[in-house]
Amino acid sequence: MQTYKNNWAKFCGEVLILAALFTLVQYLITTGLLNQYYQINLTSMCINIILSVSLNLINGFTGQLSLGHAGFMAVGAYSSVIFTNMMGQPFIIGLLAACIISALAGFIIGVPTLRLKGDYLAIATLAFGEIIRVILQNIDYVNGPAGILGITKMTTWPWLFGATILTIVVIVNLINSSYGRAIISVREDEIASELMGINTTAYKVLAFVIGAMFAGLAGALYAHFFYIIKPETFNFLKSFDILVMVVLGGLGSTTGAIIAAVFITALTAVLQSFPAIRMILYALILIIVMIYRPQGLMGNKELSRQTFGKIWSGRK
Amino acid sequence: MLEFIQQMINGLSLGAIYALIALGYTMVYGIIKLINFAHGDIMMVGAFVGFFSLTLFGTNIIVAMVAAMLICAILGVLIEKVAYRPLRNSTRIAALITAIGVSLFLEYITIFLLGPSQRVFPESAFPIKAYNVAGLSILNKDVFVIVSAVVLMLILQYIIKWTKTGKAMRAVSLDQEAAVLMGISVDKTISITFAIGSALAAAAGVMYGVYYSTVNPLTGIIPGLKAFVAAVLGGIGIIPGAMAGGFIMGLLETMVSGYGNSLYRDAVAFGVLILILLIKPTGLFGKDTGEKV
Repeated sequence: MQTYKNNWAKFCGEVLILAALFTLVQYLITTGLLNQYYQINLTSMCINIILSVSLNLINGFTGQLSLGHAGFMAVGAYSSVIFTNMMGQPFIIGLLAACIISALAGFIIGVPTLRLKGDYLAIATLAFGEIIRVILQNIDYVNGPAGILGITKMTTWPWLFGATILTIVVIVNLINSSYGRAIISVREDEIASELMGINTTAYKVLAFVIGAMFAGLAGALYAHFFYIIKPETFNFLKSFDILVMVVLGGLGSTTGAIIAAVFITALTAVLQSFPAIRMILYALILIIVMIYRPQGLMGNKELSRQTFGKIWSGRK
Repeated sequence: MLEFIQQMINGLSLGAIYALIALGYTMVYGIIKLINFAHGDIMMVGAFVGFFSLTLFGTNIIVAMVAAMLICAILGVLIEKVAYRPLRNSTRIAALITAIGVSLFLEYITIFLLGPSQRVFPESAFPIKAYNVAGLSILNKDVFVIVSAVVLMLILQYIIKWTKTGKAMRAVSLDQEAAVLMGISVDKTISITFAIGSALAAAAGVMYGVYYSTVNPLTGIIPGLKAFVAAVLGGIGIIPGAMAGGFIMGLLETMVSGYGNSLYRDAVAFGVLILILLIKPTGLFGKDTGEKV
């Protein structure tokens, strides 16, 4: 009973904090204190959080290295634009379509490739991501390599905030459920978890499909904010961008992925006029983190109020 | 029919370039089980060294190629020492992510130093001539690429089959611990493998530059990926497999762009990769090995 009460209080507190955050930013936007530049970066930040948290589910928690996340983002972006701009449906239908179609793409790609392990899987997902891009370049309905221009701007702060929170809540709850424990057992030792009666393929596909779904959601939000989508935007360098966030944050830490996404977006904004230096920094981050701290900044630990409590009282 | 043979010749020269790059992938994978993502970028560095040696120092193409091979051999050994050696006992995924990091680093440090623009190989360095043989027009660059690739492969075969170093390389890739017990220096052998692989990639880079007459800092990505596909197709870790895989990829690609849609050229490579991974992940020349618990 006691824990139930505690949980309830904790839940209410979290909702209050989030509501306050939402209202504050909404207030800043309506009063015009947050100008266009900050709004663009805020949007990228939310999209990057969705991308890194969802890729972390595949790479970090399930331990299956996927290098094709940008491909699913492309699927989501294109399918949502087809529904909203070309068929005139409302935004919510576009978002749902993006989620469903990219989840489907994740399923179609995941079932055959997840039989592969380690580096082979990484290369196969990379190849699928690139195939998605090449196919999009060859479809005339979506203007081929030129991409789609003049997409109506529909991604507003409430949508962004809602989508980001939804992603985090779904993935955190999934990890804390019995499904999540099965997923983590696949990462820890695939053979052992298979011997315990866990259908490892099913759980790998499940994680892959959910990851792909949220990547599609991020793609849809991206398309309806930046006016233009091109197949070239979603090449494998974009997948590497997301990988940098996940690796930096810690493979298997949702809070780590969020912190890294925020940090990398801010870094990108600061270094906007020096793209080469930005990429050199990314590369060095990847190499140095892997050599000196292969578990990433947060390892597989989560940042929570307990962590702050421990730091506060000086206990270890 | 004549056109078909013409396409075959184009395919063979492209395939020779892929095969040379694929050899480096396969040798490195065979010895430390790492997909060296940076390999395509070493090829790009080789192409740039060749370019500068041709334009700044006015050397001929053979000297340019040797210079590129030497510099890239040193670069390869350096990369292994700095980035891959500390990770030898960590997980494969950590090593793979590091390799991606090294690849990005080489690309963008080159953009930073030389700018992102395309450089055109000087025409005077390699004047294009066409020979007419039985109605076919054979370009001297095709002959150059195929002959030098075959010579390099023969040298590689000699090193691996007949020298002590080659014996050590085979021993380390077969069983690292047993090789150490036999008194083989594993570190040294791995360094030599990186040196040879990178030198071959550099030679391929200069050939690629001569063949397509342009080079830019991101040149290495696509040939690198395709050569990787070639290595997997032949069976990664198997040297004759990489050669065969490279030639198959080159032929397949020229046939697709010659008779089909050239926009799908890149998709073909990846499609082949996925098919081979799903049907026979060990590759054409590979043997199945059981999984040890």
